[in-house]
Amino acid sequence: MDAITVQDLRKRYKDVQALDGVTFDVHAGEVFGLLGPNGAGKSTTVRVLTTLTKPDSGHALVAGHDVVRHPNRARRAIGYVPQDSGVDRDATGRENLMLQGRIYGLRGSGVRARVKEVLELVGLPDAADRVVRGYSGGMKRRLDIALGLIHRPSVLFLDEPTTGLDPEARAAMWVEVERLANQESLTILLTTHYLEEADQLADRLAIVSRGQVVVEGTPDDLKRGLQGELVTVELQDADGRAPEAVAVVERFPGARETKLDGVHVRTRVPDGAQAIPTLLASLSSAGIAVASVTTSRPSLDDVYLHYTGREFAADDTAVGAV
Amino acid sequence: MRVARDTWWMVVRQAINLMREPIWIALLLIQPMIWLLLTDLDRNVVSRFLATPASRLSIVLSQVVRSGLTALIQALIILLVGLALGVRVHGGALGWIVVLAVGALVAMPFAAISNGIALLVRREATMIATANFVGLPLMFLSSILIQQTVMPDWMSQVSRFNPVNWGVRAARDAVVVGGKWDDVGMYMALLLGLTAVTSLFATWTFRTYQRSI
Repeated sequence: MDAITVQDLRKRYKDVQALDGVTFDVHAGEVFGLLGPNGAGKSTTVRVLTTLTKPDSGHALVAGHDVVRHPNRARRAIGYVPQDSGVDRDATGRENLMLQGRIYGLRGSGVRARVKEVLELVGLPDAADRVVRGYSGGMKRRLDIALGLIHRPSVLFLDEPTTGLDPEARAAMWVEVERLANQESLTILLTTHYLEEADQLADRLAIVSRGQVVVEGTPDDLKRGLQGELVTVELQDADGRAPEAVAVVERFPGARETKLDGVHVRTRVPDGAQAIPTLLASLSSAGIAVASVTTSRPSLDDVYLHYTGREFAADDTAVGAV
Repeated sequence: MRVARDTWWMVVRQAINLMREPIWIALLLIQPMIWLLLTDLDRNVVSRFLATPASRLSIVLSQVVRSGLTALIQALIILLVGLALGVRVHGGALGWIVVLAVGALVAMPFAAISNGIALLVRREATMIATANFVGLPLMFLSSILIQQTVMPDWMSQVSRFNPVNWGVRAARDAVVVGGKWDDVGMYMALLLGLTAVTSLFATWTFRTYQRSI
């Protein structure tokens, strides 16, 4: 069964088409990543799925509930960890959680026990009775997650969970998300504009660009889909021999997009490791000295470039965060 | 029922925060306009509640009820201070209840209106300006500072429609010898009606806010 079904969502804010026909499915129990630059429509998608905003058209089912027709049923099934923390900073961690539990209808000893449980789950039992104002960024984030988990939701939304965290806290958050994904029978949808985060955490992901899903699949499938690993040959002495070297590499069966970049000849081949001995032999019989050869699998960066025709980093800075 | 339940828990949250810094109760005596909802909006607390099945109405109503409770405590403080200074509540037990209730009833419509405006303008600076623009004249146009009988005619006419004055007259009649209890009932009913109407206004602006996000 699919935990989330999104079909042709459209939403317009004044002169910005935030969602332009977003479609994807999230299977139960998986960690699904929505990857895209700032302003691509990830957060708007999450806002629709968490019933915070209504789409202009299209359908979305979360845990089997239509988010437009039965928002309260959907709300009971989901946990939402917003991009900007929604904790009451003047209250303690425990008080925040007690209120959240009561909103979901937990009472008396039941709410106290569950609060204790989630505090331990996110590793905050010692800070529980301190006012949130004094928490570190990472602690606040973990409290956000605890708030989202209090009612044992089946789907958890993590909107940019590591934005604004220092590298150490980010690494800790990754471990946290992986642990949650294994521990509770939970479906997690996370949005991110960090390529390595999607690569690391998501079982499957959808790349979002300009309000549309451009491609969907496992990170490995997406990279394999580019058909080809990058082989970089560094020439020892390029004087005049570089064009010759390019010609030799181009003759290799299956080589595509061969380019010269200074003393580096780059090409794409179906299997890099297999290609290296043959390439080296051909270059040496042509009398061209080689300094080094490296091979690398395509990154999500390459995937993004391939499907949108634009560099991820350039898109991410071109559109300011909304 | 869910509205009452959710409102209650949200009031509890605000009460706990208020008790942590009880000085606020004293400060709010001087500057009674409250836009805590604006702070909640800025800090995404409202978004957090909106993603839960919490009753939408309770998010607004809890702010109104909380202001009412704060005012009630303030009225009690003032009454006790007055008592120490020799004031006697001639209305007896009923008089005490009326004064405390009036305190809450004057505060609630203003809380509802300022929350409503806060949701429309969403800027603290605008809120402070609005509060001062409205609050001070309402105080001067009541019989707090000038007796009704010595007011110029125009002022007396205007003050009849001033909710602050309704509260002042009701509370005064509950305290003085020979208070007019019919008037007390009428003013309290007016304040209650105003609380209802302004709460509706705040709820309506909240819906508008929700549509805009």
